[in-house]
Amino acid sequence: MSQFTSDFWDVYIAVVSVVSIVACAVFLRMQSVRKVSAKVETGGAKATTGHTWDEDLAEYNNPLPRWWSWLFYVTVIFSLIYLVLYPGLGSWPGTLGWTQVGQLEQEIARAESRFGPTYEKFAAMDVKELSADPQALAVGEKLFLNNCAQCHASDARGSRGFPSLADMDWLWGGSPEAIRASITEGRVGTMPAWGEALGEQRVKDLAHYVLSLSGGAHDSIRAARGQEDFAKTCVACHGAQGKGNSAMGAPDLTDKVWLHGGSEERIIETISKGRVDQMPAHKDKLSSARIQLLTAYVYSLSRGGAAMPHRK
Amino acid sequence: MGPMQTETTYNYRVVRQFAIMTVVWGVVGMLVGVFIAAQLIWPELNFGLPWLSYGRLRPLHTNAVIFAFGGCALFATSYYVVQRTSHARLFSDWLAGFTFWGWQAVIVLAAITLPLGLSSSKEYAELEWPIDILIALVWIAYAVVFFGTLFKRRVEHIYVANWFFGAYILTIALLHIVNSAAVPATFWKSYSAFAGTQDAMVQWWYGHNAVGFFLTAGFLGMMYYFIPKQAGRPIYSYRLSVVHFWALIFTYMWAGPHHLHYTALPDWAQSLGMVFSLVLLAPSWGGMINGIMTLSGAWHKLREDPILKFLIVSLSFYGMSTFEGPMMSIKTVNALSHYTDWTIGHVHSGALGWVGLITMGSLYYLVPRLFGRVEMYSVRAINLHFWIATIGIVLYIAAMWIAGVMQGLMWRAVSEDGTLTYTFVESVKASYPFYAIRLLGGLLYLAGMLIMAWNVWKTVSEAKPAEALIPAPVHA
Repeated sequence: MSQFTSDFWDVYIAVVSVVSIVACAVFLRMQSVRKVSAKVETGGAKATTGHTWDEDLAEYNNPLPRWWSWLFYVTVIFSLIYLVLYPGLGSWPGTLGWTQVGQLEQEIARAESRFGPTYEKFAAMDVKELSADPQALAVGEKLFLNNCAQCHASDARGSRGFPSLADMDWLWGGSPEAIRASITEGRVGTMPAWGEALGEQRVKDLAHYVLSLSGGAHDSIRAARGQEDFAKTCVACHGAQGKGNSAMGAPDLTDKVWLHGGSEERIIETISKGRVDQMPAHKDKLSSARIQLLTAYVYSLSRGGAAMPHRK
Repeated sequence: MGPMQTETTYNYRVVRQFAIMTVVWGVVGMLVGVFIAAQLIWPELNFGLPWLSYGRLRPLHTNAVIFAFGGCALFATSYYVVQRTSHARLFSDWLAGFTFWGWQAVIVLAAITLPLGLSSSKEYAELEWPIDILIALVWIAYAVVFFGTLFKRRVEHIYVANWFFGAYILTIALLHIVNSAAVPATFWKSYSAFAGTQDAMVQWWYGHNAVGFFLTAGFLGMMYYFIPKQAGRPIYSYRLSVVHFWALIFTYMWAGPHHLHYTALPDWAQSLGMVFSLVLLAPSWGGMINGIMTLSGAWHKLREDPILKFLIVSLSFYGMSTFEGPMMSIKTVNALSHYTDWTIGHVHSGALGWVGLITMGSLYYLVPRLFGRVEMYSVRAINLHFWIATIGIVLYIAAMWIAGVMQGLMWRAVSEDGTLTYTFVESVKASYPFYAIRLLGGLLYLAGMLIMAWNVWKTVSEAKPAEALIPAPVHA
């Protein structure tokens, strides 16, 4: 596939490249065969070129070291051969037909043929079976550490904004199907911003009501005022009891698990500014067998089973 | 001082200014380097302050050592060398003075804006557009002063050191102006004039030639004056100078794509970058051979003269890194080395070993002469500096080589079940001991620089600025 917009540039760059490389060798050759003017003066001292600068700066004119000239020629010859074998001269594809994309595809195909059978075996097992299989969990853990730990942490306990996968509190559901869907398609959890609509005081009242739901320290007068707004603005997602809704990833507000922090300040920030949480989709990145293994691993984490066999 | 009198002497004033600031910025730049090396071991050292974070201090370090330390050294030595080898005073004292104050202004602005997070995000070209314009103005003034002086020279031939200085000045002007082309959005924010892969290619065309012309050609100019002077021997081969000069400046221009192996850059451009990097090996070594062989017949001087030790060992590091560079440009090697600390080791064998040592050696020659003294205040301190710096470099680059190869191997290791054997964070953890050794190496190198600063202070503080007479025209 040509990278060039016209035949002119294609040929132009190829010609300039070849001429440039050959010119290096021609130049070297020309300079090598030029007569060396340095003669031996009387008394055996070598003569300089005869020019002097700054009192005593002079230069001999020794011939080019032969090994050095050969090194130069060898690199030129290597380059020309390389450019015949590999793409480099305009759209010339090279006699080996190598491309970096081709190399990648080959490596992937080799890996598939080598590791494919292992994964086929796992793909045929269901999540509950896999989550009891130490070998499957070991693979799942490595997949987790290389693909998930960046956000959910090596111990799967997450951090602010990134849910812990090691407890039984699920934003989008903890069934094998729900976990697999989260990994495969990704999730976007959106909490709208209420700051402008409600104003500072009402947001604060709301925050105190939310705090009261999980039995946190709160101002009961503010909480009572906030309840009214909660019924109007929050129930649609979080439910009348604030128990959340896993169909839309709305968190349960009655427990002590906080995705973005449970202090008064953090809750006010969440209500007034809103939140957008994103779990990326992995369907184009990981094969379905690998997603299945990850699902089993994550499923096992919260159930404290055979998970984390290598955890120290 | 009347105009008659000034034309009989060289302009040493601007050389002195740049020489002293080389030492000052050397200490500052290396200190920042040591600090961020420590941050890689103890991340808490950013104290939670954004302007002390690694991401902002790293460009401050690179800008300070390359453009402040290296830049001042190049200004000082090129102004000194072009005058003394042209037998003529600098073209314009006023313009030369402007380059000094202009360049210091650039450095101070960099030291303010980079920690504030103002960055164009182009590596080694991070400064925002108003500073870029100032750099361009200073650089054009520099070219006028340098070439103006060459033009009024009173010797027939142009000395080889000036070829290299001239090539470096012209090319940096071109590189800087093209790569910094940007559309300003606000006073401190701009967007590159290029997009996507083209932007990456322009950036590394600039980046690699900053290495090739700023850090190589410029310092080869230094080498071609101070080695024959300090050794008291003629340059080994004029012809080798000619061949390696033209081959070097021609070939370097093509080598940039090796920074973009296995990326969106088309295969053909990657291949060209690789083969020209390989062709670059011999021209690079030409400079090393010419410098080291200049000493042939006077090897004993290497034992006694610590300044020559600096100059010659710098060439050994130059030879080593210009061998390593072409090897790393080979795609197969690059697939392992790229994005690892091997690159950091490679850069520092060039930066600490070549650029640093040649600068220090040249300054030890230069400073006493600029201040009317026979030699530095303490020759033993020069020797001590040499050994501390050399040990520091060896620790630094050996640690980075090992860490780099280890990281490359860990990242690609695949287990029997087809998963990656190591997580990224495990490779970071495994690098800690080497980060500690690197910090030690950096500390030693900084300690050497502090010894130099003390020695320069002692040499300069009780001396008077020297004036040097321009010799009468030579009649052949």
